[in-house]
Amino acid sequence: MYFLTHIWMVPLLPAAGAAIMLLLGRRLPKPVVNGICVGAVAMSFLWTVAAVLAFLHSGAPRYEAELYTWLGTGSGAQVFTLYGGGHAAFHVGAGVLLDPLSCVWLLFVTGVGTLIHIYSTGYMSHEGGYYRFFGYLNLFMFSMLTLILANNYLMMFVGWEGVGLCSYLLIGFYFHKHSASTAANKAFITNRIGDAGVILGSLTIFWLFGTFDFVKVTELARAQSATLMGTTIITMATLALFVGACGKSAQLPLYVWLPDAMEGPTPVSALIHAATMVTAGVYMVARSNALFVLAPETMKVVAVVGALTAIFAASIGLVQNDIKRVLAYSTISQLGYMFLALGVGAFAAGVFHVFTHAFFKALLFLGSGSVIHAMSGQQDMRGMGGLRKKIPITFATMLIGTLAIAGVPGLAGFFSKDEILWQAWSAHDGQFRVLWGVAFLTALMTSFYMFRLIFMTFFGDKRMTHEEEHHLHESPRSMTVPLMVLAFCSIFAGYLGVGPSLGGSNHFEHFLAPVFENHASVEGAVAEASAASEKPGEKKEEGGLMEYGLMGLSVAAAFAGIFAGWKAYDRPGKDVREPINAAAPPVYRTLLNKYYVDELYDRLFTGRAKLGPVRLGAIGAGEAMWKFDANVIDGGVNGGGWMTRAAGRLSSWWDKWAVDGVGVNGPAIVVRMLSYPMRLLQAGLLQWYALVMVFGVAGLLWYYLLH
Amino acid sequence: MYNHILSIILFTPLVGAAVLMLIPAANKTLIRWTANAFALLGFVVSLPLVPWFWERKAEVGFKFLEGSPNNWIPTIGAGYYLGIDGISFLLIMLTTFLGFISILSSWTAIDDRVKEYYAWFLLLQTGMLGVFMALDFFLFFVFWEAMLVPMYLLIGIWGGPRRLYAAIKFFLYTLLGSVLMLLSVIFLYFFHHAQTGIYTFSIQELYHTAPLIPSVYGTTVATLLFFGFFLAFAIKVPMFPFHTWLPDAHVEAPTAGSVILAGVLLKMGTYGLIRFSLPFFPAVVQYPKVRLLMVTLSIIGIIYGGLVSLVQKDMKKLVAYSSVSHLGFCTLGIFALNGPGLSGSVLQQINHGISTGALFLIVGILYERRHTRDISEYGGISTVMPVYATISLIMFLSSMGLPLLNGFVGEFTILQAAYMANWKWAAWAVPGVVLAAAYLLWLYQRVFFGKVENPKNEKLTDLTPRELATFLPLIAIALWIGLYPKPFFEILEQPVAQIVEQVNHPKLYNAAAPPAAVQVAAKPANAQEAGR
Repeated sequence: MYFLTHIWMVPLLPAAGAAIMLLLGRRLPKPVVNGICVGAVAMSFLWTVAAVLAFLHSGAPRYEAELYTWLGTGSGAQVFTLYGGGHAAFHVGAGVLLDPLSCVWLLFVTGVGTLIHIYSTGYMSHEGGYYRFFGYLNLFMFSMLTLILANNYLMMFVGWEGVGLCSYLLIGFYFHKHSASTAANKAFITNRIGDAGVILGSLTIFWLFGTFDFVKVTELARAQSATLMGTTIITMATLALFVGACGKSAQLPLYVWLPDAMEGPTPVSALIHAATMVTAGVYMVARSNALFVLAPETMKVVAVVGALTAIFAASIGLVQNDIKRVLAYSTISQLGYMFLALGVGAFAAGVFHVFTHAFFKALLFLGSGSVIHAMSGQQDMRGMGGLRKKIPITFATMLIGTLAIAGVPGLAGFFSKDEILWQAWSAHDGQFRVLWGVAFLTALMTSFYMFRLIFMTFFGDKRMTHEEEHHLHESPRSMTVPLMVLAFCSIFAGYLGVGPSLGGSNHFEHFLAPVFENHASVEGAVAEASAASEKPGEKKEEGGLMEYGLMGLSVAAAFAGIFAGWKAYDRPGKDVREPINAAAPPVYRTLLNKYYVDELYDRLFTGRAKLGPVRLGAIGAGEAMWKFDANVIDGGVNGGGWMTRAAGRLSSWWDKWAVDGVGVNGPAIVVRMLSYPMRLLQAGLLQWYALVMVFGVAGLLWYYLLH
Repeated sequence: MYNHILSIILFTPLVGAAVLMLIPAANKTLIRWTANAFALLGFVVSLPLVPWFWERKAEVGFKFLEGSPNNWIPTIGAGYYLGIDGISFLLIMLTTFLGFISILSSWTAIDDRVKEYYAWFLLLQTGMLGVFMALDFFLFFVFWEAMLVPMYLLIGIWGGPRRLYAAIKFFLYTLLGSVLMLLSVIFLYFFHHAQTGIYTFSIQELYHTAPLIPSVYGTTVATLLFFGFFLAFAIKVPMFPFHTWLPDAHVEAPTAGSVILAGVLLKMGTYGLIRFSLPFFPAVVQYPKVRLLMVTLSIIGIIYGGLVSLVQKDMKKLVAYSSVSHLGFCTLGIFALNGPGLSGSVLQQINHGISTGALFLIVGILYERRHTRDISEYGGISTVMPVYATISLIMFLSSMGLPLLNGFVGEFTILQAAYMANWKWAAWAVPGVVLAAAYLLWLYQRVFFGKVENPKNEKLTDLTPRELATFLPLIAIALWIGLYPKPFFEILEQPVAQIVEQVNHPKLYNAAAPPAAVQVAAKPANAQEAGR
């Protein structure tokens, strides 16, 4: 029980590792860095295993504990008025929740995380900033585990933003490269749009239920399912959450950051951008399943967006030449599958695919890293070829991963993908069969582009330079062992969830059943339709033949894709001939340029590029506002100042000429003018006075003498 | 000391300024040491207030009262009357703390007329502290105006090339607002006399009569009076569209001036809204049109400030416009008119002081080395200054509201409060969060990432121990508020509840039975605390 009651140590161990790297990392030698960072994650994994065992042993439906009050005072004095008129205290706790859903995520995140940490000690051994890399990785593990263990939406959001930050830091790990730092910004800012959705969605949930806690929200939603079913508010809440999921899990239209995220070191792509972080959106939707089933409209949106993303990304993946980009589009496409599953109500199937995908996609990415490592950094498959003899372990393990993702029977991907396809076909009385068609086509494409990757990389003639060929080498043990472990899981992880139609008992789904039991959806408007997702076993028996038929079809699709890939790309010669380019050059160009979506976004939304003569988007708006600010608003202020000064000058002029001039100096001037004649008399010269006196006396004498 | 703690905190910087006057101007080292010592002392003397206040945080009303409402100019009823509640307590701590940090950061940045610089700076401290402590409007107004002069001189003497323009703009713009506030308060003063027969500027007593204005003079007069106050505070905050003095003042001010300007001075505006606008005009702020206007201006500020930040080429101007955006959140929280909104707003004011203060320090570090704030001059700085880059990143993240750092706690609380008041307000404000990430990360990329391409940046030196010392406490507080904000919420709970109560059910003056608080406030306040 100790490990269960102290489950918060699971995220805290890597947090401590990250903190040590931040403070001391620069001075530590590599083996110490390895010991601390890999050790922290490995301990975290062991702790998780112990805690999960204790949890299973306890038999309780969940383990939940609030560690402390995070936001608010906990006194309950500050309250909000809710949607329904009730009141709820302003309070958010920092707490943990361990239930089957978080168990699944915890196990594969810490497990795959540990393997990728070990792999990184080999892959990054020649790189600068070694401690920085491991510090970021540990910080990522902390955030991701916080996200999974959180017991409420806001704590989940803490992890949600944290993984976004680490993703930013690791995509921009090679910060000298402009493309890397730009990709990092793109990832963070695109995700922030989704985060805004998560904030609004969580707040709506609080408004409705008066709590952020998952368990309470789920219980309240299930209890009030009859009144809430299909209401606008629940649709808005779930749609807002789904916007967040689209950001984090790279769905249309917010997927654009993920392909660029390949600028980061390859282990990062494997850990964050394939196995763990990008599945956070799936986690959130699965976590909120009680709400989503109450919003059939949102569910439709989720299913459609998922299916469209799946085929959209897969089609781009058909022609990419960068080995990591192919895998990036493949990831987006597979995430689309997961959302398709969630959207049709098959939550357990979606989560199962997350689980198997984590292994084979991590394997593929790490394998591609091993290839890139062998190729001295070359990522373009057109410059590879014939590598299978040189790096046999990498080849063998990657082939297993490819077979798994292609859906070849017996490997992990087959079971989970097939389950999704079957659910898409059968759920809601076949309402979504169009989406099944989309998913089926996607499966075909997946198999094709993955084998294109295999054939271009490992078969045919060597197309690399002599220097690269000279350096070709299999990767060190630290890298190949994780590959082998992941290859093992890519084969056998699927057997945890083998459905009854194949003679299994679907342990995986039973394990998750308590999380997804939504009686609401059975009783509600989509009752009949959802029955398929609720009790797949029963339904399957009814649909028996159909299910085997579809299964056969998808297996055929997998082999068809393999065959086509082999025909098209396993050929000798120095140049790769693209069949799509040969058949329809415009289609090829469109796909190669990713449907020009980045160009479109830059012109319309970010404003990094001009649309004709004008700049739109955020930067365009910013520039317009800035002009407005400088000219209109500040112009008004300065105008006010100018007017005041002008009025001052006018007053001064008036004062000088009118008040002082006409009023005061005017009379003075008149008086002065009048004084001139008088002045003549008062010149102050004695001789003048004497002269005047003489003339005066003479005058007087003359007057008197005449009279 | 307990009974006079506020006066001690208030006048320590002033004493420091006086002591500086006695030192010969040529002895710069001694002046620097003395000024830093007094700045540190100013912070240290405020520290005992922390445990003392914590004990009394749940007490209703203002605490640590000093003086009385009419002991200064009894004929007009003005007094040296100090007291604090949780809101002013936090702002006072922010002031003493940031004051010390900014004075510490000026050590090498200021080399011209050093003595006057520090003297004015310390005087500014006293002015700001007085604003947050005064319980008498007359006294408040004196500090409010007195604080303008030192800031005016700090910008005007030690500022950049357009310092005179910026300083005069700052001074006149603020003064314009204050005059209308003065007019309004004189109305309240005479109104109070008409109601009670007492001439007083005591804020607590005006609380009981000011809400009566709409019923006596009608809503138009009350609204006009509200706007008299509002304009003064809106200019100070600054709210859109009264913000244009801010970028100019920030760009021209010396680094420490910017830190204090953003960190503390702007909070005088939000403080005024909380302390005066809401309690004096509880009916007016609830008029739907008035409230909608306030909220709209806040939201425009959030989005507009973010968009304008995005296209700035001068780092300081960028940070200045980001302040407009952040303060928009603060005012939005205030006009959500619920407890969490006010708590979140005050907390966000503290956060903004920490984060944006740090951002100005960060810009100042580069400016001191390169004498330019032009973003295009930089690039690849994290290669040459790794420690500086790390610290900058943490503060950038704090400013953009990343969870587990301080900014998120305030922003989210405000968003939640706004949502619960009207969900559309939150929906409109949320894009500000996206924009914050955009302008800050883009700035970070252009300054810190990439290769060092400008040869002038190749030899830049990383942080000195003194510079590092200015940042570490800021980071510690950012983490504290981010991880465990509960103590802050607890300090704010009681005063915020009181304001919400005043807004919803003001305790009105009743001629037949004057409320108890009026009688108490009229007596010398120390009588209450004589027992301690």
